[in-house]
Amino acid sequence: MTPAIRAKGTGKKAFINARLLDPVAQTDEMGGILIEDATIVKSGSTVTRESVPGGFEIIDLGGACLAPGLVDMRAQLREPGFEHQETIETAGKSAAIGGITTIIALPNTDPVIDDVAGVEFIARRARKVGLAKVFAYGAVSKGIEGKEITEMGLLHQAGAVAFCDGINTIASARLLRQALSYSTFFDGMIVQHPEEPELSKGASMNSGELATRLGLTGVSPLAEVMQIERDLRLVEMTGGRLHFAHISTGESVEVIRKAKKRGLKVTCDTAPFYFALNENSVSDYRTFAKLSPPLRSEDDRQAIVAGLADGTIDAIASDHNPQDVDSKRLPFAQAAAGGVGFETLLPISLELYHNGHMSLLDVITKLTRVPAELVRIKGAGTIAEGTPADIVIFDPDRPWKIDPYQFTSKSKNSPFDGRMTQGRVLRTLIDGREVFTEGN
Amino acid sequence: MGPAADDYPHPHLLGIEGLTPGEITLILDRAQHYAEKNRSADKTSNILAGATVVNLFYENSTRTLTSFELAAKRLGAAVINMTVGTSSVKKGETLIDTAMTLNAMNPDALVVRHADSGAVKLLSEKVNCAVLNAGDGRHEHPTQALLDALTIRRHKGRLHRLNVAICGDIAHSRVARSNILLLNTMGSRVRLVAPPTLIPSKIERMGVEIFHDMEEGLKDCDIVMMLRLQLERMEGSFIPSVREYFHFHGLDRAKLANAKPDALIMHPGPMNRGVEIDSEVADDVERSVIREQVEMGVAVRMAALELLVQNHRKMGGMA
Repeated sequence: MTPAIRAKGTGKKAFINARLLDPVAQTDEMGGILIEDATIVKSGSTVTRESVPGGFEIIDLGGACLAPGLVDMRAQLREPGFEHQETIETAGKSAAIGGITTIIALPNTDPVIDDVAGVEFIARRARKVGLAKVFAYGAVSKGIEGKEITEMGLLHQAGAVAFCDGINTIASARLLRQALSYSTFFDGMIVQHPEEPELSKGASMNSGELATRLGLTGVSPLAEVMQIERDLRLVEMTGGRLHFAHISTGESVEVIRKAKKRGLKVTCDTAPFYFALNENSVSDYRTFAKLSPPLRSEDDRQAIVAGLADGTIDAIASDHNPQDVDSKRLPFAQAAAGGVGFETLLPISLELYHNGHMSLLDVITKLTRVPAELVRIKGAGTIAEGTPADIVIFDPDRPWKIDPYQFTSKSKNSPFDGRMTQGRVLRTLIDGREVFTEGN
Repeated sequence: MGPAADDYPHPHLLGIEGLTPGEITLILDRAQHYAEKNRSADKTSNILAGATVVNLFYENSTRTLTSFELAAKRLGAAVINMTVGTSSVKKGETLIDTAMTLNAMNPDALVVRHADSGAVKLLSEKVNCAVLNAGDGRHEHPTQALLDALTIRRHKGRLHRLNVAICGDIAHSRVARSNILLLNTMGSRVRLVAPPTLIPSKIERMGVEIFHDMEEGLKDCDIVMMLRLQLERMEGSFIPSVREYFHFHGLDRAKLANAKPDALIMHPGPMNRGVEIDSEVADDVERSVIREQVEMGVAVRMAALELLVQNHRKMGGMA
């Protein structure tokens, strides 16, 4: 059964009898929303069957959750340059099924998004496809080579919402210092992949007993925290805004927790891989579980959960990284790192709620309002009146088994293959248009 | 007329991990039979007549390849050697493709060596013949551990309650891992002796003791197993110099004096004389069993090929 993607006509719609999750108002209550064309015109507990004005098509959600569409601040769409793995269109369809309405795409495409034309290309393609709203990260360095800084100001003006060097660590202290310092004049944010590159050279998994048994080169989890520690000094030095992507170790959580207490402008996210899986997923050389950063120990996984629960970790991103079969069906050390994530982002994140670590509203907040605020996208991550009707409607409890071969993403490399999970997206709306409806 | 194939319940020999003491003993007993036969005038049999064995080597190796070739030929099998240079081909894709291609020719056994850990297992998932791991990356080299065990058993009469010191480049050694697994399974105690940079992280969890000082590490050992320093696998500076390495961790008479007087000296070869082992010790006919290890290699590989091919035949070569 392939779920159909379609865009219904817009108009006046009333979604009623919903569990309304509003991450801006921080409310979780029964209610509804009214949509007129592309905009939410009313939202809250007062929207009931009785209160809906005439002319609205009434849709009774029967108690299903209604939240802002998810804002995914870390994803690789592989277009331009790697269209055999994913395109903006296949990514958009996959995102729609995952309830994602806004995507920030990494710049490590071919060509690299390091000039204005690249940013405009992404925006134009996404508009044409008409699914998730896609924003681009601009590269920090030309060609993501880690040497010369890009025209960050111009990229920002053209629509690049933040800056990073894709899956590369910004290794040069000088370059990162300049980028952090320069971007303060337009309040830009730099996103770092925190992994000390020399220490992690040639490594394909987390170091420790399992890597030793499997005979694989491991990287110490300390490679992550030592990069973070150096970078924090540069934040202190420059006053710039730095965000650490997909943190995966307990030490990293601890160091960032302290830095935040000291008042540094630093934030971070993690991906479902790092709070739902540990390095044991690699056993028997499963290349779908080869990720960057690598899956860590169970202690680290638990520390990531704790960091999410206590607010040290600000956001959850999918870290969507599509890889074709030929890139994964290789001896472990040669296989590409990365996993697809759009269609599992919501259900795996909901495990935090089902397992009692976080409230449903907190989970949704980290998937919507927080990332939207971090990259300064107005109107995303909210269901406030007057904002675009980008919403997701989901059943948080419905159980299902993850089967990547049912995914709409062009690539099927999910480390969650075969996992039993809970929570399904029922509908996804972008600007009031239904881009995904379950069962259709 | 070999032992019943039901006694060895695995379709492949990918590693020592997962083998029971009974299964290891079964292979060694059969290998002992071949060891005797190999010393007689009548070295060959036709137990594997009609069978095809393909040696697929992605890493250069004269010794292991020759040993496997001889083993298969002595059992009457037809043998094809394929040495695939790793530099000339795009490795991964070729691995699966080659496996599929060879599989289509219906061999009975594939003997595979590859520079990447896990590559032989990956290949075994794509074929329907028996697969023997002849060494994958730094993961396992099961026939080496078995031939070491056979050599030890012939001299010490047992494989349990022995103190075995494995010395040298543990980090890059599949031989070390397979030997640790085998000796632990059989009830011996294993110590690793190496500079800290050559000891992989958390290896103590495999049930070994770790020593950095060689004299301390060799104290009262029954077996001193030296490893080849794999300079070609080293990315970066694991040791300052060969000279310094030999000074602290090379086996010479003085260091050997700490082991038991009847301790055996072993080495999987090829040896770097003057790097990890002094010639004087390596060639000591009283103590060194290095040449016997080579001899036992053929016997162990005959046993393994026999068991696996018979298993495969029993399963009707299900295609």
